[in-house]
Amino acid sequence: MPLPWVLVFFPWLGAVALALIPPRFGVGRFVNIGIAAGSLVIALLLLGHPHGEQGWTRTDALNLPFVAVSALVGLTTAIFSAATLDAEKFDSLRIRAYHTAFQVFMGAQFLALVSDNLGVMWVAIEIATLASVLMVGVHGTPAAIEAAWKFFVLCGVGIALALFGTILLYLAAQPVVGSGDPGLSWAALQAVAANCDPGLLSLAFVFLLVGYGTKAGLVPLHSWLPDAEAEGPLPICAVLSGLLLNAALLAILRAESIVGANPAALPPGPFLIGFGLLSLLLAAFSLWRRRDARRLFAWSSIEHVGLATLAFGIGGAVANLAGIIHLLGHSLVKSGVFFAVGAAAQLKGSQKLQDIGGLVASHPALGWGLALGIAALAGMPPFALFLSELRLVAEAAAQIPWLVVPIGLGLLTAAAALIRALQQLCLGEPTRDNPVPGAFHLPGGLAWATVPVWLHLALAAALILLAPPAFTALLRGGAEILG
Amino acid sequence: MTSGFGTPAYDVSHLIGGGVLLLSFVMLYQRRIGAVINVFAVQGALLACAAAWQGYVQSAPELYLTALIAFGAKAVAIPLALRLLVGRLGLHKAVETSIGIGASLAAAIGLVGLSVLVVLPVTAGGATPLARVDLTIALSVVLLGMLAMIARRNAISQVIGLLTLENGLILAAVGVAGMPLVVELSTAALVLMVALVAAVVVFQIRDRLDTLDTHVLDRARGDS
Repeated sequence: MPLPWVLVFFPWLGAVALALIPPRFGVGRFVNIGIAAGSLVIALLLLGHPHGEQGWTRTDALNLPFVAVSALVGLTTAIFSAATLDAEKFDSLRIRAYHTAFQVFMGAQFLALVSDNLGVMWVAIEIATLASVLMVGVHGTPAAIEAAWKFFVLCGVGIALALFGTILLYLAAQPVVGSGDPGLSWAALQAVAANCDPGLLSLAFVFLLVGYGTKAGLVPLHSWLPDAEAEGPLPICAVLSGLLLNAALLAILRAESIVGANPAALPPGPFLIGFGLLSLLLAAFSLWRRRDARRLFAWSSIEHVGLATLAFGIGGAVANLAGIIHLLGHSLVKSGVFFAVGAAAQLKGSQKLQDIGGLVASHPALGWGLALGIAALAGMPPFALFLSELRLVAEAAAQIPWLVVPIGLGLLTAAAALIRALQQLCLGEPTRDNPVPGAFHLPGGLAWATVPVWLHLALAAALILLAPPAFTALLRGGAEILG
Repeated sequence: MTSGFGTPAYDVSHLIGGGVLLLSFVMLYQRRIGAVINVFAVQGALLACAAAWQGYVQSAPELYLTALIAFGAKAVAIPLALRLLVGRLGLHKAVETSIGIGASLAAAIGLVGLSVLVVLPVTAGGATPLARVDLTIALSVVLLGMLAMIARRNAISQVIGLLTLENGLILAAVGVAGMPLVVELSTAALVLMVALVAAVVVFQIRDRLDTLDTHVLDRARGDS
C-alpha cells in the first residue's frame, strides 16, 4: 500500500479499535494519543518520501507541509484531550463516540489533503464533516445540538454545491480527457484546462468556491463556525480551526489552479480577494462584540482564513508563499490558543471573557503562553503570522495598491480587539478559580495544556526563524504549484 | 447513439428530468408535511428512472446500481422513516412557511429562468445538447431545493429541501456521460443525507425537543 494510504487508514483502523475497546478499562484516551503519535511518524516519513502521484492520491510541495502540521496538531490535541476529558462529563458511550469520531476525522483530513482525485477529495471532506458534526453535538445539550444542526445543514448545502461544481468540472474536461478516472484527477485537469470550455470552468469554480468556502468559514458563509467552536468539547476547537479550514481552503486552491490555467475563464483572483476582504473586515469588527472567549477566537479564525484567501487571490509566488505560511502559522498558533483558553475555561468554570482574568498572575505558564499566543494572532513578531502579514501587505501594495487601505484597517481593528482581549484574559486582577470537577487531575496537572501551548508557539516562531532550508524550499515549491 | 432533439435518448431523459423538476414545484405548494414526503418519494422514484435510462443510453451498467440505490433509499426507506418520525413524535402536521406559497412559486419560476440564463450561454461551446438540457434541469432542481430550505421553518421540511437538492446533484451526475466514480459519489452523497435524517431522529428522541424550529433553537445560544 502506498504511504499516503497508510497515513489515511492508520487512524481509521485506530477508530475501529477505539470503538471496540470497552470503556471500563479507561485506556481510550491513551490509545488515542498513541494513534495520533503513530500518524505523526507516518506523516514525517511521508515528508522525506519522493513526491508524486499514486493513483487517487498525490504528494507534492503544496500538501505535505499541511499534512505534517495536521498530524502534529492531531497529536497535541489528543494529549490535551486526555487531560480535559473527565471535565467534559461524558458517559461511556459518548467517550467512545468522541474518540472514534476524532480518529475518523483525522483520517478524512489526511485523505482530503493528499487526494489527487477531486471526487475522492469531496468524499473525504464529507466524511470529515460527518465526524465533526458528531464531535460538535456529542454533549447533547440544546446549545450543542443547535450548533451541530446549524453546522450540519449549512455544510451539507455547502458540500452538495461543491459536488455540483465537481461534476461541472468534469463536464468541462470531458471532451478533452474522455471517460474514466483521469477525468477527475487534479493533475490531469490542470494539464488540459487550457483546452477546456471556459464557460463551464468558470461555472464550476463558482460552485466549488461557494461550496468549499462554506467549510472554510468564508464570510458570508461562516455562521456555523463560531457556534460549533463554542459548543463542542474543548479539544475540537483546535482541530476545527487548525485543520478543517485548511483542508477546505486547499480544495478551493486546487480548483483555482485548474480554472486559472485557462486564460479565457473567469479570473479566480478577484473572487478570492472579495471573499477574503469581506471575511477580514466583518471578523475584525465582530471581534469587538464578543463576550465568549471561544467565540472570540472562532471569529479570529474567520479573520485569518480571510487573510490567507486574500493572499492567494492576489497571487504570484510571493503572495502565495505568504498565504501558505499564514495558514500553517495560524494552525499552530490558533490551536495553541484554544488549548490555553480551554484550560482557563475549565479552571475558572466559565468561558465568558469577564469570568477569566489575570491568568499571568494566577497561572504564569498558562497565562504567558496565552498572552504570547494572542499577541501572535494580532500579528506581533517573532511569529510566522507577523512575517506573512507583512509580506501580504507589501505584495498588495506592489500589485493592487488600493487594497492596502482595507487590509490595514482590518488588521489594525482586529489587532486592537485581540490586545483588549489579552489585557482582559491575562493581565490585571486574577478572577476566582472555580475548577470544573475532573479538570486536569491526571498526574502532571496543567502541564498537559501548557506543554502543547508552548510547543506550538515555539514552532510558530521557528517556522520563520529556524526553518531548515529543505523545509523553506518545500514551502516555496508549494507556492510555485499555485502559480 | 446520437443525442439531439427528436431522438429517444434525448426526449426520454428530457421528459424524466422535466418530471423531477415539476415535482420540485409541486413540493413547494404542499401545506401538509405528509404530502411533502409523498412528493419526495415520487421524485426519488423518478430519479431512479432517470439513472436507469441513462445507464441504458450510455451503455453504462454501473448506473443501474445507482438507480437501484436511489430507488431503495429515496423512494422507500427515507420517506418511510420520515413518516414514522412524524407519526410517532406527533410533530405538527402543517408545514410552517416563512415566505408565502405564492411568493415562493414566483421565486421558483425566477430561479428556473436564472439557471436557463446561466447554463445555456455558458455551455454553448463544447457540451452536447443532452448534457446542456440535463444540466439546466439539474441546476433548477438544486436551486429549488435551496429555496425550499429557505421557505420552510421546521427542521424536517428543511431536510427534505436538502434531499431534493441532492436529487438535483444525482440528476446532473448521471446525465454526464462517462463521469468517473459516479456510483461512489452518489452513494457518498446519499450517506450524508441519511445521516441528516438520522440526526433528526436521534436529536428528537433523545432530547424530547418539542420543536426543531430553528428559531426556537436560536434562543439557546450563549453569545450576546
